[in-house]
Amino acid sequence: MINLENIVQTFKKANQNITKRIIVCAGTGCVANGSLEVFKSFVNIAKEMNIDVNIELKGEEKGYFLTKSGCQGFCQNGPLVNILPSGILYIKVKTDDVKEILEESILSDILIDRLCYHNKGKLCKGQSEIPFYQKQCRMVLKQCGVIDPENIKEYIANGGYVAAKKVCGEMTDKEICNMILMSGLRGRGGAGFLTGKKWDLARNQKASKKYVICNGDEGDPGAFMDRSVMEGNPHSVIEGLIIASKATGANEGYIYVRTEYDLAVKRMKKAVKDAIEIGLLGENIFGLNHSFTINVMEGAGAFVCGEETALIASIEGKRGMPSPKPPFPAQSGLWKSPTTINNVETLATIPVIVNRGVQAFRQIGTESSPGTKTFALTGNVLNTGLIEVPLGTTLRHIVFDIAGGVTDENGEVWEENFKSVQIGGPSGGCLTREHLDIPLDFDSLKKVGAMVGSGGLVVMSNKNCMVNMAKFFMQFTQNESCGKCVLCREGTKQMLLILMDITKGSASEDSLFLLEELAKAVEVGSLCGLGRTAPNPILSTLRYFRNEYDAHIKEKKCPAGECVDILSYKITDKCVRCGVCFAKCPVKAISVEHNRHYKINSIKCIKCDVCVASCKFNAIERD
Amino acid sequence: MEKYLTINSKKVSFNNEKSLLEVIRNENIELHTFCYHSELSVYGSCRLCLVEVEDRGIISACSVPPEPEMNIKTNTERIIKIRKIIIELLLANHNRECTICAKSESCKLQTLARRLGIKKIRFKNVLQKSSEDASTYALVREPSKCVLCGDCVRFCDEIQGIGALGFANRGPKSLVCVSFNRELNDSECVYCGQCARVCPTGAIMPKYEVNYVWKVLSDSKKKVIVAIAPAVRAAIGELFGLRKYNGDELAGKIVTSLKTLGFAKVFDISFAADMTIVEETNEFLKRIEVNDNIPMFTSCCPAWVRFVEQYYPDFISHLSTCRSPQGMYGSIVRRIMPRVFDIPDRDLVVVSVMPCTAKKYEARRHELAKNGINDIDCVLTTQELAMMIEEAGICFEKLESCAFDMPLGFKTGGGVIFGNSGGVTEAILRNIMNTKFKNLNEVEQFSFVRGERGLRKFKISIGDKELKIAIVYGLNNARKILKSIKAGSKYDFVEVMACPGGCVGGAGQPICTDLIVRKKRTETLYENDKVMNLHKSSDNPYVQKLYKNYIGKPGNLKAHEYLHTNYSYKKRFKEILKISDSLQDDNIKIDVCFGNNCISRESREILSHIVNFVENGKYKDRVNITSHICLERCFNGPNIKVNGKIIERCSLKMVEDAIRDEFDRLKDEC
Amino acid sequence: MGLNYNKFEKTCKILEENEFDKSKLISILQGVQEEYKYLPEDILAFIASSLNMPLSKVYGVVTFFSFFTLQPKGKYIIKICDGTACHVKKSTGLIDAIKKKLGLKDDEILTKNMLFSIETVACLGACGLAPVIVVDGVVYGQATPNAVVRLIDNVLKEEKEK
Repeated sequence: MINLENIVQTFKKANQNITKRIIVCAGTGCVANGSLEVFKSFVNIAKEMNIDVNIELKGEEKGYFLTKSGCQGFCQNGPLVNILPSGILYIKVKTDDVKEILEESILSDILIDRLCYHNKGKLCKGQSEIPFYQKQCRMVLKQCGVIDPENIKEYIANGGYVAAKKVCGEMTDKEICNMILMSGLRGRGGAGFLTGKKWDLARNQKASKKYVICNGDEGDPGAFMDRSVMEGNPHSVIEGLIIASKATGANEGYIYVRTEYDLAVKRMKKAVKDAIEIGLLGENIFGLNHSFTINVMEGAGAFVCGEETALIASIEGKRGMPSPKPPFPAQSGLWKSPTTINNVETLATIPVIVNRGVQAFRQIGTESSPGTKTFALTGNVLNTGLIEVPLGTTLRHIVFDIAGGVTDENGEVWEENFKSVQIGGPSGGCLTREHLDIPLDFDSLKKVGAMVGSGGLVVMSNKNCMVNMAKFFMQFTQNESCGKCVLCREGTKQMLLILMDITKGSASEDSLFLLEELAKAVEVGSLCGLGRTAPNPILSTLRYFRNEYDAHIKEKKCPAGECVDILSYKITDKCVRCGVCFAKCPVKAISVEHNRHYKINSIKCIKCDVCVASCKFNAIERD
Repeated sequence: MEKYLTINSKKVSFNNEKSLLEVIRNENIELHTFCYHSELSVYGSCRLCLVEVEDRGIISACSVPPEPEMNIKTNTERIIKIRKIIIELLLANHNRECTICAKSESCKLQTLARRLGIKKIRFKNVLQKSSEDASTYALVREPSKCVLCGDCVRFCDEIQGIGALGFANRGPKSLVCVSFNRELNDSECVYCGQCARVCPTGAIMPKYEVNYVWKVLSDSKKKVIVAIAPAVRAAIGELFGLRKYNGDELAGKIVTSLKTLGFAKVFDISFAADMTIVEETNEFLKRIEVNDNIPMFTSCCPAWVRFVEQYYPDFISHLSTCRSPQGMYGSIVRRIMPRVFDIPDRDLVVVSVMPCTAKKYEARRHELAKNGINDIDCVLTTQELAMMIEEAGICFEKLESCAFDMPLGFKTGGGVIFGNSGGVTEAILRNIMNTKFKNLNEVEQFSFVRGERGLRKFKISIGDKELKIAIVYGLNNARKILKSIKAGSKYDFVEVMACPGGCVGGAGQPICTDLIVRKKRTETLYENDKVMNLHKSSDNPYVQKLYKNYIGKPGNLKAHEYLHTNYSYKKRFKEILKISDSLQDDNIKIDVCFGNNCISRESREILSHIVNFVENGKYKDRVNITSHICLERCFNGPNIKVNGKIIERCSLKMVEDAIRDEFDRLKDEC
Repeated sequence: MGLNYNKFEKTCKILEENEFDKSKLISILQGVQEEYKYLPEDILAFIASSLNMPLSKVYGVVTFFSFFTLQPKGKYIIKICDGTACHVKKSTGLIDAIKKKLGLKDDEILTKNMLFSIETVACLGACGLAPVIVVDGVVYGQATPNAVVRLIDNVLKEEKEK
């Protein structure tokens, strides 16, 4: 039988003579930037320099400890290297920097300025001084980026699986459901249904076999929160699942991971294997009367499998097509047994609630949406990456304080660049300047026609066309529609065609009415959540940016200059007749008129933007 | 306790209805649907049955169970708008050449567009080009008319247990097709045609052959002989608004119209059915006596026969070798009638009118041909007969009855009830009593075998013997019975019809998805039986005469030549797995069976052994290995084929020897 | 004998590991695709036969999920992310540049010499580095059309040296 306390003691003992720890971020972002090579360099150069760097702790090693971590969130600046206990954070570390780091910051305590993050010219020593981190509240992500995700013992040493042990040993299923219900935790995957209520529904079903499923099929293009949790702290998800299984009476679980997430799949599989080996999964966990096993299954690439019934079909080896509810999965789910499906982040929050207690949890966030939420922050902002904030945080705080403001095409920050934030991906909506100060929580967002959804936050500047954005999402949903129900299959196709007409300047005002009528029909009439939320990007942009639609339709102009089909260029008075544009134009669309005036032939023009880029006098404008 | 809910302000009681849709339809509100069928699972794709429920918003009535106090509105402005949009969306992606579509007037999409008053399609036409699939004798698929409701897919899978059709791709590229988008002929289809019956549009239709029949009818040299199946008379009236007439009267009208159309002789398949019963009873009693290939399976349903040949080759010997009534009719007309009527064989054209699409396939089976020429030239469905009658302008409803031509026009009740599920069994039981005991003579004597359920089991005492009988319709039910037989269940006689309700529910019949209509057809045949003079097939004096003059005794050599047939394995998969990298012609060819029976019998070890044996010996590069799924010797596996010779129950040593022998033989030849 | 036999043997092994269980079809297909790099028709028929299920269902699953492919792929697979973040940062420009470099027209995804195939994917989850491409499993962030062309040139050079 597993003894958590023994593992904690052994781990601490092994660690006691370690003076410094080097953590190299091995999240997908940093790996893409070469962090694994950096890690290798540390090993090799330390060996050359005869520095006592350990990559594994067996007994009572001395010296330094080198580990990989999951995503630290500051992906744009990777590879990241953290040094503990001082908390130094080096950004954009190259293999060439490794020797210097070892010499200066490991053997001595010298800070290397050029590898530090600078905020408006001011040097920031570590996470505690960087606004991106300062302004967050990392609860679920707390251990991501610190602990070694592939070492179950470290998770245990940091208080892991204590919550699982507590609920298995000291609480009844009803008490667990009650506790989660009292905590007010709402599902992080989409609509924000109360997790405690969901569990209770499954718990009340009388069945010999029940399942719990972790939905890690994060398909929203522009969101990577779940990936980061699975990569950075896979055991928190397993612990959440164990608690869910005890609460609902399930003895088998599935973790369904998107197949594109190679690293998450690998780490999740290893974590489950380790948990089985150590006795945290299997028969009579903790020597108590609860047995539970987990299977890790890779999805095969279908956004619609984020929909519960489709996900179940796919686990059963079928096409991932949703089926009508009722029956709900809690009544008849996987192989017709009661099934509870929770999102990755929801499950990773569960141990936090158990450990900290309901009261402490409810102090974070708002009354109706307690706790924190992770967001994948992308788009035209200074700092992109993964953040976690209390629910109810304002958009202004996120965009301007954490993300550091909106950038233009040259990367400069201008407050007036801000146009909109797209939240919740293809199922979500957009928020505008007027929403900068509303609290981001489930209910407030619903009121303004958006949703927390998966948590993708894409910041858009004045150079982004909202109609084009709606078109992008519609293209995505029509491709990802399972094709089962008429409204979604044919409806998304027709909505896309109308949007294409609009961005081409060939739509009439009638098209706009038809678009709206169709969008509303798809919204109420579709079979599943994917279909019902598919029109959101259209409905929400129509609500807040109708003027942009009108400009495309009536004036045949794209205010953001993104829709190339109705874009034209003109040469203004700033022109000094240098002839550079004339020479550069690849299709000879620029001609010389009398008086050496240059003119653009809009029929020949292929809108490649070369002339604009080549003009030193900003004399060519998009019209 | 009675429960109540409100539909359009009217209080309505409900009990065990599974869905709101059923409750609403009970109230005589025909909520339109494409994808809802009482026989199939709930699918929820067409979204046409949306209703508005107070406090719950808009939901689909087919998938939500009724609850007390629900307040339902079926025709709010919002719902009407959505319904119209759905139809418009479908029409924007539909081949709208309705005037030349065979389904015109019975197409659900066309009907709905009319009922909902669609005047304009506001959406762009997004129909993709696709080609018609007329590869089989039975059916024609027209993908441009598919609305993707999935009825055909579910029927083929859930009721027939075949899955020849499936969904492919997703989103805007979704389609219903055969695997790899091949032709239907390259699939596991057994041609029952039920997909065409449930299809709401003209996307799958029976293959029409009326043009051929018109052509031969107008050829003065040809004598066209026709016979109609029992089930035809039970349904054709539906198409002409004649619901009150009994089967005999309708048969009379059919004879008159066929004569008017120019057929030389009009016979009744029921006569041939009587012969089938006589022959099959004899076969059954013989098998029982020596306990040979018991249980015996009926073989009059061609879809079922094909099903056994394809999926259960080890059960082929259990099929009755008797030809189906259509097969016997063809054989008698081809082999005996030319002598009787003095028509030269080359001028004779043999047509049958069937309720069935699989009969079109059956007529082309090479086992039912003589010298490469099939006994039957053309099979029409009930639908096609009605088309010809309409095309000729014949007022069917006003026609006087006319009698069938003799001798193949006389039948007993036994030959008539053949068209119902359980009919064959009942007719055979009547005949067994006749043959063995000659004491009882009642129509109702065995009526307990009748019924609406798809799987019925009985025990019947015949003298000192107890017979265990199963009656099945729906091929998935047949799978269940076969599985239980494999597991050791004992039956003596199993009747299988592929179509629900038997032949009356065949895919060649007038389109009907309503269970009540099908029940009416079943009743018509039983009523017809009642008014017949004779009920036991062997009492048919013309059958007796035929035996006496031309065949002799049931089951004798002549009977086997004229009235029996044989069956053979039919491949499910055409794919051949290439195991060797290169293929040269002059090498030894080895074929290893990898059907799933052979896998379980170590064909994998054998393959691995062959590879080792070849690679490490002098035979390197001289052997080509392929693998079949399968070689269809399932009960004798593992099977290997070496240069065309099949080795059953193959062992490692047998394979080595065979390769060595073959190698030596080739060397000698050189 | 070699290659084909080994792959076939592996397919049998994968089926066995998955206990010939229909519900594990997706995992079986994933395993087989890893072996063959695509899903050959004959092997799919073999899988359908072994699992005792209609081939149309196997085909339905294969064509439903974007991960599966019925066409052989190139030696090098270039994945271009066209998720929201990458799209906002002009991933379409990358796609055009790559297609131009490889001489691929319209819907073509495989070069004639079978060396490269391209795939656009919905999101690789590396949005922080947008726009992102993956060449043979290695992720390249903040990619530009020029950088991508250079990457392809490098691969071509390596290929030549071999």
